[in-house]
Amino acid sequence: MRIIQREETSMEKEIAGQHRGYFSLADIMYFAKKGCEAVAEDEVTQRFTSEELLSWNLLSRTNANFHRVSWQLTAVWVIGILIRYCLLVPFRNYSHGCCYRENRPQKGGICVANHTSPLDVLILASDGCYSLVGQVHGGLLGLIQKSCMQTSQHVLFERSEMKDRHLVRKRIREHIADKAKLPILIFPEGTCINNTSVMMFKKGSFEVGGIIHPVAIKYDPRFGDAFWNSTKYSMMTYSFNVLTSWAIVCNVWYLPPMVKEEEEDAVHFANRVKAVIAARGGMSVLPWDGGLKRKKVKESFKEEQQKKYCQLVTENGFMGNGNVY
Amino acid sequence: MGGKKPTGVETKEGITDMLFFFSSVSHSQITRLYSRFTSLDKGENGTLSREDFQRIPELAINPLGDRIINAFFPEGEDQVNFRGFMRTLAHFRPIEDNEKSKDQNGPEPLNSRSNKLHFAFRLYDLDKDDKISRDELLQVLRMMVGVNISDEQLGSIADRTIQEADQDGDCAISFAEFVKVLEKVDVEQKMSIRFLH
Repeated sequence: MRIIQREETSMEKEIAGQHRGYFSLADIMYFAKKGCEAVAEDEVTQRFTSEELLSWNLLSRTNANFHRVSWQLTAVWVIGILIRYCLLVPFRNYSHGCCYRENRPQKGGICVANHTSPLDVLILASDGCYSLVGQVHGGLLGLIQKSCMQTSQHVLFERSEMKDRHLVRKRIREHIADKAKLPILIFPEGTCINNTSVMMFKKGSFEVGGIIHPVAIKYDPRFGDAFWNSTKYSMMTYSFNVLTSWAIVCNVWYLPPMVKEEEEDAVHFANRVKAVIAARGGMSVLPWDGGLKRKKVKESFKEEQQKKYCQLVTENGFMGNGNVY
Repeated sequence: MGGKKPTGVETKEGITDMLFFFSSVSHSQITRLYSRFTSLDKGENGTLSREDFQRIPELAINPLGDRIINAFFPEGEDQVNFRGFMRTLAHFRPIEDNEKSKDQNGPEPLNSRSNKLHFAFRLYDLDKDDKISRDELLQVLRMMVGVNISDEQLGSIADRTIQEADQDGDCAISFAEFVKVLEKVDVEQKMSIRFLH
């Protein structure tokens, strides 16, 4: 549920609207308002926790603001628990409403998709074979990864290691050069996002020159929450949550292949593919880096803001003669 | 979710208390902002630290981010509770919301034009002596322009700004002078956030 309504406005309109070329004591108000708007509600941090549902799906884990609505609802919830834990778990299977199949990735190509959970891999892998590229994990997921390595050629790396990233790019290049090899599956966001929007696609996969097969994956939140919030839940807890949901219902769209154009740079290409996936899956597009889940935003973004402000309040390179009003 | 310290909002009395304290804020606005407060509270101890604010990317890239974060914290404190959080945000409620207020004869609401101006003034006035000195103005200017303007230029802008605003000749800008300078500015629009009901 939204907390504030942001106005469609910009620094240009708010600050330079009336007084381009001058500094005004009131300029501080633009930054103060923008700052407090971000405190009340921001576009980024909400993507790293589960989507808040408008109507409750009877799973207590999706009810962040629990307040007792009625005893009837509570009764239904209790029955729901009994069904989920006692009836469904023993007979567990996923259902996925799938699957628009004409554009399934071919050998030698790179399959890119938005990322919500390791389930994405299971779902795609149940419909085709891939070589995987991903972050190495410990624990239960680590064991699963190790056993996968036995059967196929996968590339595992440590995302914080710069050296690893270069190595990964090299391995990907080598892999797709060999047309007999399985298509590679990559999640360019680099981390799990909560399936309401698609965040920045890292350019690595888009500069190696292969054919990109975009795939959009959208989970239906009414039945269960597929998002793996790895900072909050371990793989064990997450698996348990998944198994005791109503179901995981998922739509997968295989989209027509795309290639980088002559004049296009990798970043532009990545954004193009991202837009296509988001549009198909019904998710919004964010320019922000999913890596902000774990690390601080770069200083250079602040510097951009400062530069922009400067340009608005200077004229011919000089700040105006301070006509305050 | 055991182990969390109560912040006084979980109970019905807590919410009633908030509603009284912030006249004409709706019940659902409080619960939504409370939900936001707890999602920022990574330490789960019922208060926010400066780090909790800095984790918001849009705030981290705001040139005045640190000053704005400071505005939430009471003097000398390192933690802010939910009441303090609401209190700061309350300055940005639109002024028209006050028409629905039941308490017409009470103290001036936090979101009055004067209090909005005061909020902006305090962003400049770091030492809280009710004056914006040349140094204080320079500091804020430097935060807003980054490295893109030389010291000399910035100095002359600060001088001119003070010259134009200063009426009592003390080479600083008092709150009254600040208000006078900005009398034609649409403070209500610039310092209001539309909180949804």
